[in-house]
Amino acid sequence: MLEVKNLSHAYAEAATKVLENIDLKVDSGELVSIVGPSGCGKSTLLRTIAGLIRPTSGQIRLGGTLVQDVPDNLAVVFQDYSRSLLPWMSVRDNVAFPLRGRGMDRKARRAAAEEALDAVGLSYAARKYPWQLSGGMQQRVAIARAIAYRPALLLMDEPFGSVDAQTREELEDLVLSVRANQEMTILLVTHDIDESVYVGDRVVVLGRHPGRVIGDVAVALPGNHDQITTRELPEFVHLRAEIGRLVRQAAEANPAA
Amino acid sequence: MRGLIGVFVLFLAGEVLGRTGLVDRSYLPPSSVVLVHAGRLLVNADFLRDVLFTLGGWSSGLVIAVVIAVPAGLVIGSVPIVNSAARVLVEFLRPIPAVALAPLVVLFIASQSEMERTLAAYAAMWPILMNTIYGVGDVDPVARDMARCFGLRPSAVLLRIALPSVAPFVATGVRLASSVALIVTISTELIYGSGGGGLGQYIFAASGDPDGTPDVFAAVAITGALGLALDLLLTRGERRAFRWHFDRLGKNG
Repeated sequence: MLEVKNLSHAYAEAATKVLENIDLKVDSGELVSIVGPSGCGKSTLLRTIAGLIRPTSGQIRLGGTLVQDVPDNLAVVFQDYSRSLLPWMSVRDNVAFPLRGRGMDRKARRAAAEEALDAVGLSYAARKYPWQLSGGMQQRVAIARAIAYRPALLLMDEPFGSVDAQTREELEDLVLSVRANQEMTILLVTHDIDESVYVGDRVVVLGRHPGRVIGDVAVALPGNHDQITTRELPEFVHLRAEIGRLVRQAAEANPAA
Repeated sequence: MRGLIGVFVLFLAGEVLGRTGLVDRSYLPPSSVVLVHAGRLLVNADFLRDVLFTLGGWSSGLVIAVVIAVPAGLVIGSVPIVNSAARVLVEFLRPIPAVALAPLVVLFIASQSEMERTLAAYAAMWPILMNTIYGVGDVDPVARDMARCFGLRPSAVLLRIALPSVAPFVATGVRLASSVALIVTISTELIYGSGGGGLGQYIFAASGDPDGTPDVFAAVAITGALGLALDLLLTRGERRAFRWHFDRLGKNG
């Protein structure tokens, strides 16, 4: 579904590469976590896939076609919800915002927005403005906007980095339920190792300076996910340790300049 | 309500100075006399025509300023090369008093009322331009990225992200420009004539009349009240139209 081949990127001003020879394959319907120490280029990788940055070299293919510009069938959930939501629009209009490009008429857009808000449990806030809501609720709106768009690929850039721990767990479960109900491939960047294991089907670990793939770990956790019982499973504890070790190695091998 | 205390103190001071003869009555008539004259002016059809004339110059100057400054500000704000090229020019032109340009403007423009509008527009342009440029710089890059990721073309990003973000800044610029335009309109009428009336012309004519001093004061007070009323009106409109902007700022401290 998504294929990243030999991708390298260097920002014009910087001498060193941010990303080097990244190879990554994501199958349709997979939820892949990308984790790594700060400065490993996780966000840069996501931005190249989103077509916001043109990589220095290498290829990205989405559903077989080469990504040159921003791909059609893609949505992004940014970390900074307060800035990605438009303050002059109501919550419902924010969710409906990208649907105009889908060729839907006003009525269809409104219905789709309401359905998506329902899916994230925010139907009652449709007429409010984003800045009237708490941080966690705002990020729910951003997620609703992404799912209303029905993208083939959903990119999430540290989506829960700015909310409190309790809200974070709720939002992680929300992502899992969204995924269970919709045909969607999800790439989630996080710096939280526990989160990467809890949410992902697979965890890709990036090292830094330059950023490259140093681990690709399949996650197979039995049963339905539950914030308490899943996290106490021996499999979960083991995976967390394995990935934690990889991240620490990466951080120690190349301490941040 | 507390804002009225200052007005009351000024009124009282004017009254006392005028009545006690500390200042010659022909220079400073007591406030109550000015008030009576102002009341008479407000029911005088000729004077009201003058007010309307000035408001006409004020509003057309403001409209011309918006039509020029908003697109210019959008371009200057969003194209870095234009921005650096225009910066010095703007800083050079901005401090030139509009009234000082009149002798130049006369060369190109025939009628006095056109000159009034041109000068008002010139002076009113700057606050609108500066605010628009600032507003463009304030458009959130995350919001732009978001729109691009959802496949919006650059023209749609401009229309649906940049313009709404800039709008409250433009409104603030218009409010600031409004008082500037009023000042320049009246100054132009006062110094160069208007070819058809106006508050400035009225004040000029009244100042030539030996008994006109109370009328001059009355007209000046009415001018001040007019500026205040326009400002209140625009502030209110701004708050109402861009509630999302001000409420959000208030909430974030």
